[in-house]
Order: sequence, then structure tokens, then C-alpha cells
Amino acid sequence: MLRLEKRASPSRAWGMATPLLAVVLTMIAGGIMFAILGKNPVEAIRTIFWDPLFNPQFAAYSRPQLLVKAGPLILIAVGLSLGFRAGIWNIGAEGQYIVGAITGAAVGLAFYPTEAWFIFPLMVISGAIGGLLWAMIPAVLRTAFRTNEILVSLLLVYVAQSLLSSMALGALRNPQGGGFPGSRNLSQYPAAANPELIAGTGMHWGVVAAFIAVIFAYILLQRHMLGFSIRLAGQAPRAARYAGVSPTRLVILCLGISGALAGLAGLFEVSGPAGQISIDFASGYGFTAIIVAFLGRLNPVGILLAGLLMALTYIGGELAQFMLGLPAAAIQAFQGMLLFFLLAVDLLSNYRIRLGGAK
Amino acid sequence: MKKLLLATAAVLAIAGGASAQGMDKVKACFVYVGPIGDGGWTYQHDQGRLAVIEEFGDRVDASTYQESVPEGADAERVLTQMALSGCNIIFTTSFGYMDQTNNVAAKFPNVKFEHATGYKRDHANVSTYDARFYEGRAVMGTIAGHMTESNKIGYIGSFPIPEVIQGINSSFIAARKVNPDVTMSVVWAYTWFDPAKEADAAKALIEQGVDVILQHTDSTAPLAEAAKTEGVIGFGQASDMSEFKPSPRVSSIIDNWAPYYIERIGALLDGTYEQKATWAGIAEGEVEIGEITDAVPAEVKTAAEAVRDAIAGGQHPFTGPLNKQDGSAWLAEGETPDDGTLAGMNFYVEGITGSIPQ
Repeated sequence: MLRLEKRASPSRAWGMATPLLAVVLTMIAGGIMFAILGKNPVEAIRTIFWDPLFNPQFAAYSRPQLLVKAGPLILIAVGLSLGFRAGIWNIGAEGQYIVGAITGAAVGLAFYPTEAWFIFPLMVISGAIGGLLWAMIPAVLRTAFRTNEILVSLLLVYVAQSLLSSMALGALRNPQGGGFPGSRNLSQYPAAANPELIAGTGMHWGVVAAFIAVIFAYILLQRHMLGFSIRLAGQAPRAARYAGVSPTRLVILCLGISGALAGLAGLFEVSGPAGQISIDFASGYGFTAIIVAFLGRLNPVGILLAGLLMALTYIGGELAQFMLGLPAAAIQAFQGMLLFFLLAVDLLSNYRIRLGGAK
Repeated sequence: MKKLLLATAAVLAIAGGASAQGMDKVKACFVYVGPIGDGGWTYQHDQGRLAVIEEFGDRVDASTYQESVPEGADAERVLTQMALSGCNIIFTTSFGYMDQTNNVAAKFPNVKFEHATGYKRDHANVSTYDARFYEGRAVMGTIAGHMTESNKIGYIGSFPIPEVIQGINSSFIAARKVNPDVTMSVVWAYTWFDPAKEADAAKALIEQGVDVILQHTDSTAPLAEAAKTEGVIGFGQASDMSEFKPSPRVSSIIDNWAPYYIERIGALLDGTYEQKATWAGIAEGEVEIGEITDAVPAEVKTAAEAVRDAIAGGQHPFTGPLNKQDGSAWLAEGETPDDGTLAGMNFYVEGITGSIPQ
């Protein structure tokens, strides 16, 4: 008989190993699924994980795209991880991402067609403020009225999506767009554009910001008093209170930081890869970032790697779809498996498996 | 090594020469906005792809397609990766791929791009193709005007873009012609394919007393919703949606892309391919009217078929006198609009209530 025994404290070794184990298990289960669909599982896995990086036909294009796709995921996930560590659940990063894009783009469009150096920095600031203010709604409601921030932040995503539609059709619509929804293309307006910084690398300001956020979060958690408060509040809420950590301040800070970072991600996306505010600008980065945060063990460096891995499954998944004719749903199921196995094997870091019956 | 280089150069020279006079084998690739199982728009494009395989057999590789590609930054990456994988011609089958199609076309001048329902042809290798869906809408509008008992027709719009507004106006004009008391409510779903949202839109319309529903979205959900209420009918959209026969689906507009796909790929094979903009309708067989079922009285069926045949014979669904919604004159007696006006249509005709989201 197999039996589970709770560990006195979570195993550090398993904590490091479970993400890798989850990836391996996903490959095996995904391979079985691909085989059932009548595709060669080895070829499918190779197309997803190997071809975007090393296939000479695609790699030159796909490798930089990895950064483009991973940038916003990492930026959002780093912000979310701070709150998640403290037990503050911001599920609405998608909404903050959208609002940051709208406020940032609106500032840029207001200056059109002026050319001035300060326009892009101003957009960056207003993108961050937009995301921050949107996150303040669940933060204030929680601290003042003890509402549940999971529900409030999640429901605000749908409000943000409606706001996005209305902006694309109304206030921000391109007056020279022939009646079609969508704003002017910011990437064609040099003062407001977020272009590739070095040609062929995929590096844009959003990717730079993501790397800075990783370093910043790492130092915060390791060296700063706030980082200590966050970790303490998550692991031992009562002890944190005795130690003088103000729960209100922590909620405001954690939601504020994650909102601002999500807003920044939105701004960099709308002024760079997406180019414009359009009805379907939101592409689910805010939700996928939740998976990335947990896959990275809420650790900044882990999140960096997890973001790149997630981006790889997207880009490789697209390749697998049209190279091998795998249905889109199979790729989504494959990505879902990753989170499923991660949560499942998490058991191993908190419990020990013992052979034999109960004593 | 040098020998190999020479051989490679020779092969390239032959391949290059061949492309001017046609190709031995064409790799055709397709980008879809929904799943091929949507039962509507994307399903119909995929039927066109299968017809290409049937027609050309070994001379064409049309096995490559990608479903549910978002109309945004992701589309550009998918298109680039397809071009890198060796596609000779790529069909991008939704309006929202317009800028991405042109951007990627600039980087791959030797690959042909065909964009459905768009109007931008920034590069010599971009062609556009569209169907005159509004012609089919006039036939549906005729049936709707006859069949409604509450005199309330509902319309589920996807996005307020000219293509959709043409359909709303065309069906309303046809319905008013046979039933002066008819009114039309429009609900905007802001999606091409989202069964849940489409069902909600249909439900909201039925609650307002609507008993005929037209849709410009891709799923069968509105018909499934209509089936729940006695006396409510609808139409197949983009595809026949025959599983809802004989009612609530009483007829349908079928987009038949197969002839166009076969023509274009055939032209690439025999070297006659040229850039062009196509806008075909009922007369060319690109827009078909699905079977009108027995749920519709015989005289209504006859009237609808007469409208269909008149349009096929050259009668324009937008023939004056017609006013705009605000009462200002649009078309004088017997006047018809040019294609440019239609392609930029951003107003309702007189009699439709509500406003187009601005």
C-alpha cells in the first residue's frame, strides 16, 4: 500500500525538481494524446520543443519571437508572484494589462502627429498608472469592505474587455481608418513606437522591462524588508501581524505592483508587437501569466525560465499545428496538462510517499 | 563542394524558370479564424481546401492549415512561419488579418498571399477576394419579412464593419419591401465565433419578441437557441447548417469558396496567376442559397426564389430610391451604388432603429 505522510516542512529538493518532473510528465501524457490522434508523438514533441530553437528553417525567426512572446508573460507573472506569496490573489491581471494598454496608447494618440522624445516615456508612465489604478479597485474594496479580491479582480477583466471594445470603436478609433474599428497603428508613429531595439533579436522595451523586473523582484525578496514581510505574511499570517506587518499596506502594495507591471506589459505590447488598440487586442497574457508564476515556483528566476518555456509551447504549438495538422485544441490541452501535472506533483514537496499500511 | 554548389544553382535556375511558366507542385496553406468544426465560416473555407485536394490530387499539397488564429500579433507570426515552411500561396480567411497579411507579404515577395474580405493590396503578391453576402441577405430578408408574425426581426452582428452593415441594410430593405410594418433590432456580439455569446444574443432578441433571427456570426448557437422557442426561425450562415432543418433553419446563405480556390491554385500551377481583387456573388455561384424548407409556405418560397433569380440576373439589392437613416437621400430612383461606396458602408438605411456603435 502506498501512503502519504505530511512533511514537517516542504522539501526544497522536490520544490526544485517538480517543475522539471511536470514538464517530463506533460511530454509523456501529451505524446500519448498525440499518438491517439494518429500523429507520431516523437515528431510532435520535437516540433514543439526543438524546432523553434534549432530547426534551421525556422530558428532564425522563432528564437527572437520567443522573447517577444515571453516578455509580457514574465513581466506580469513577476508582479503576480509577489501577491501570491503573500496570499493576495490578483486573478485580474488581464484587465490591468488591457487598461494599461488603453491609457498608454491614449496618451500617445493624443500627441499624434507630434514628434518629441518625451512621448514614449510619458506613455510608459501612464500605462503603469492605468494598470495600477485598475488594480486599486479590488485593493481598496478588499481593505475597506473586506470583499474578495479574487472575484473582484476577475470580474473587472470583463469590464476591461468591454472598455477595450468601446475604445476601439469610439474614442480611440483611427479617424482615417475608413470606418473600421481599431486605433491608429502606433508602431507606424515613431515617437510612440516600441520597435525592435536590435534587429533580429526580438528585444523591445517590454522584454528589457521584464528582465529588470526579474532582477528587481529578486533583490526585493532576498534583501528588502518588504520582501520579508511578503514572505512572512504568506507563510505565517499571524506571526506577520505580531511582527508589525500591516495587512492593508501589503494588499495595496502587492496589488499595486502587479497592476502596474501588467499595465506596463499592455503598453509595451500595444506600442510594439500588436501595434494598435483593437477589439481583440487582449490575447490572454494576463491569465497565462498565472500559470507561468506557479510554474516558476513564484521565484523571479524560475518565472523567467517558465515564461520562456510557456512561450516555446505557444510557438512550437503553432508549428506543430500546421506542420503536422494537430488540432488547436490538442495544443491547448497540452498546455493545460503542464499546469495540471505541476499542481499534481506539488504533492511531493509537501508529502512523502511511504510504502506499507498506516500504523 | 563546388560541384554541389553548381548543381544547387542549376536546380534553383530550373525552379526559378519553372515559376514563370507555372509550377509542378503547389503548396497551399490556410489560416482560419475559428475551428474547422464551427459549422459555419471556417468550416466552409475548409471545404474549399478539401475541394482543392480533390481537384488537383498530387499536384498540390493543401494539407497545411491553422485553426483559431487570433486577429492580432499572433497572426503575423503564424503567417511568417508558414511562409518559412515553404508555402507557395497562403489564404488568410478573416478580415482582421489584413495588416499582418500585407506586412508578411512584404518580406516574402515570392509567396502569394490571398486575403479574404479585405481591401489592402500594398504589395504585388497580395490579392483580395470577397463574396457579395448582401445579395444572399436580400433573399433571407424577403423570407423574414413574410414569415414574421410579431413584425420584429433580430440581427446578430459580429463587428460594426461595412461588410456586416451591408447585410443588415440589405435584409432590412428586402423585408420592408414585402412587409411595411417590419422593424429590426441589431445586437452586436463583437466576436466572429463564440457560441456562448451568440446564444446570449439570440436569447435577448427572442425575449424582445423577435421571431426571425439573422446572424453574421459563425456558429450554430443562435439556431440552437431559436429551436428552444416555438415559432422562432433563423437561417444558416456561411454554411448550410442543415442539421437544423426544416425548422428553425428555413434557408441559408452558403459561401462556396471552392471555385475561387481551385481557380487561383490552378492559375499558379499553369503560370497564369496575377494579382487581383475579386468580389463575386450569386451569379458566379460564390454565394448560394440553401434549400428553402417546407416550414415556409409555397408562395413565400416562390417570392424568395424570384428575388434570388433577379439578383443573379443583374438586379442590385440596393436600388433607389433609398434614404439613409437620418432621412437624407442616398440613392435616386433606379440608382445603384458603386462598389467603393458599398465597401465603406457605415450608415443604416431609413427605417432601422438604433445606431451603429461609433
